[in-house]
Amino acid sequence: MRLHEYQSKALLAAHGISVPDGEVVATGAEAAAVARRLGGRVAVKAQALMGGRGKAGGIVLADTPEEAEAHAARLLAEGLAGAPVHRVLVERAADIYAELYLGLVLDRRARRMVLMACPDGGIDIEEVARRHPERILRLPVDPAIGLRGYHLARVADHLGLSRRGDVPRGDPPVGERPVGDPPVAPTDDALVAIARGLYACARANDATLAEINPLVVTAEGSPVGATGRSPLLALDAKMVIDDSALYRHPDLAAGRDPQSESDVEREARLAGLSYVKLDGRVGCMVNGAGLAMATMDVLKLHGGEPANFLDVGGGAREERVAQALRLILSDPAVAAILVNIFGGITRCDEVARGVVSALRREARLLKEATPVPVVIRLVGTNEDEGRRILEEAGLATAATLAEGARLAVAAASKRPLAGGGR
Amino acid sequence: MSILVDAGTRVLVQGITGREGSFHTRQMLAYARAQGESGARIVGGVTPGKGGQSVEGLPVFDDVVTAVAETGANTSIIYVPARFAADAILEAAEAGIALIVAISEGIPVWDMLPVLRYLEGSPSRLVGPNCPGVITPGVVKVGIMPGHIHLPGPVGVVSRSGTLTYEVVWALTQAGLGQSTCVGIGGDPVSGTSFVDVLRLFQEDADTAAIAMIGEIGGRAEEDAAAYIADHVHKPVAAFVAGRTAPPGRRMGHAGAIVDGGVGDAETKIAALREAGVLVADSPDEIAILLAERLGTAHV
Repeated sequence: MRLHEYQSKALLAAHGISVPDGEVVATGAEAAAVARRLGGRVAVKAQALMGGRGKAGGIVLADTPEEAEAHAARLLAEGLAGAPVHRVLVERAADIYAELYLGLVLDRRARRMVLMACPDGGIDIEEVARRHPERILRLPVDPAIGLRGYHLARVADHLGLSRRGDVPRGDPPVGERPVGDPPVAPTDDALVAIARGLYACARANDATLAEINPLVVTAEGSPVGATGRSPLLALDAKMVIDDSALYRHPDLAAGRDPQSESDVEREARLAGLSYVKLDGRVGCMVNGAGLAMATMDVLKLHGGEPANFLDVGGGAREERVAQALRLILSDPAVAAILVNIFGGITRCDEVARGVVSALRREARLLKEATPVPVVIRLVGTNEDEGRRILEEAGLATAATLAEGARLAVAAASKRPLAGGGR
Repeated sequence: MSILVDAGTRVLVQGITGREGSFHTRQMLAYARAQGESGARIVGGVTPGKGGQSVEGLPVFDDVVTAVAETGANTSIIYVPARFAADAILEAAEAGIALIVAISEGIPVWDMLPVLRYLEGSPSRLVGPNCPGVITPGVVKVGIMPGHIHLPGPVGVVSRSGTLTYEVVWALTQAGLGQSTCVGIGGDPVSGTSFVDVLRLFQEDADTAAIAMIGEIGGRAEEDAAAYIADHVHKPVAAFVAGRTAPPGRRMGHAGAIVDGGVGDAETKIAALREAGVLVADSPDEIAILLAERLGTAHV
């Protein structure tokens, strides 16, 4: 589950990482009030779960509360790159001296979380990784020892942060040249605190990705000892929480952005079904995630486009099949349904009875809905018996996945497009 | 011969008294019995607090150490709920179990990281989690796959998936191509055994003449496999990679099946496998056709 910037920053702040003063709001008037309280220049940032938010115009600076109100109202009304925006974060604009990158990312191959640091912050880190891999320091974290001081000394050195608090020693950052006076605080101490906080925060919240980009060296450079403020500030943040761990983070689960999933996807999740809405016209119901993906691929191979990914789970029991059917049919674009079930330990005749009975039940429930042709492919134990049961019930069956895909694609192409004058 | 499990396998079921555990214990026992003398043995189970009970005539123990001492188990299969599964794996490893097969789905990544770290350099091998298990047809089933779709024979099968594996196995069996061992390595982002680990074992296994590999979107495991195959595997390999039509950024059922930050798309994997000389199938059942052509009738 991806968190919004404001949610990520709240978690980071709880682990001692400095973030800009600000508040998340849902109206232009609230944005103006926050800007007034902060005083001076503010950044108005659309809370949208998309990449390239800045380039799409989702981050705007405002010099007055009136400007902040106008920008916030516009983002909230118009959305961003076609996606709705329901909240904006209004923050005090930072006086940026240099931008860095610091992230903790799961490396699946190494089976480790990896701390990544790059002196070129504020830009797409994947782009840097492709073009200038040497600019990125990667430190796999051994879970037996965690992050130690000597790791963090290397990170500080790579980022060009020094104990002397003078100009960063590294190459000048890519992009704009540093402006303003260099910070006077011992930035490497601040970095150690931030890196430790980042690791602790990711671990406490089961994040598989926790990124601060950019991590800025502020030009104010208030000495840590003098004001207690860090010269390093998390200007933007991104976190992805492991879905498998959400059971122990009910607060995070409850904070899931309702707009991050469709109503159907939410219904599916609550029903424990794995469903992803796609753009095609052939609805898919399959047992098993891998087989569900393969079914979509074979549909495409035969000239069709899948309307969804749906894993109905093991055994394809009647109750689940009925629920899955409801989900698929709630998509008006669906013009045909392909059911692909591998009857393993559950025999095909049992699966067939369940499917027939679920279809009958749903047909009654969905009286007003246009019936959609269903093609069923059952394979495995007792498949002949299963097919006989389906055919007796008047359902189209297929012997192979290829045949099923062909039949479903043909059935879908015979039906008018949804909204096309039906 | 086979890999990972054979007639010497003695299986302990962790979570034997649960719904899944007891159901699949029955299935595994039935498979073992159907193989008669050549079959391996299911020797007992573990559920904390339920020691002394029995399930399907098998003794239940409170902990793995006791179970190993009493039964001589060398393999364990884990059906415990996800939130207890990391501990179950560690308990099995500490008790000296050589092969640990974790069926449990939904173990948090941060729970698995220290477990995988502990297993580095340990004599125990973990297969999974979130996998269908391992079967050597005609000998032993340590998993949840339907046993009867398998046939003993020369094709080693390795897969990140469940039912998609059964689909491929069934196609192989119907084409008369039996399997040496089928290994489900699991659909999670991090797991104990990789494609490369299993490919190495199949390459070394005298009874495996060809390999069927079933990958999917997410991560770089297929690319790593391709690199390994190019340098070390001299047996024919046919592969299918699921998820060509999956949109980026969306998790397709399995926790590990996601194209993320430009990494893990099917086309890149397919290109890498083709480059390594792997026969790449457009549909799962085509794997059987490709391998039948390559092996000729010698093994049918």
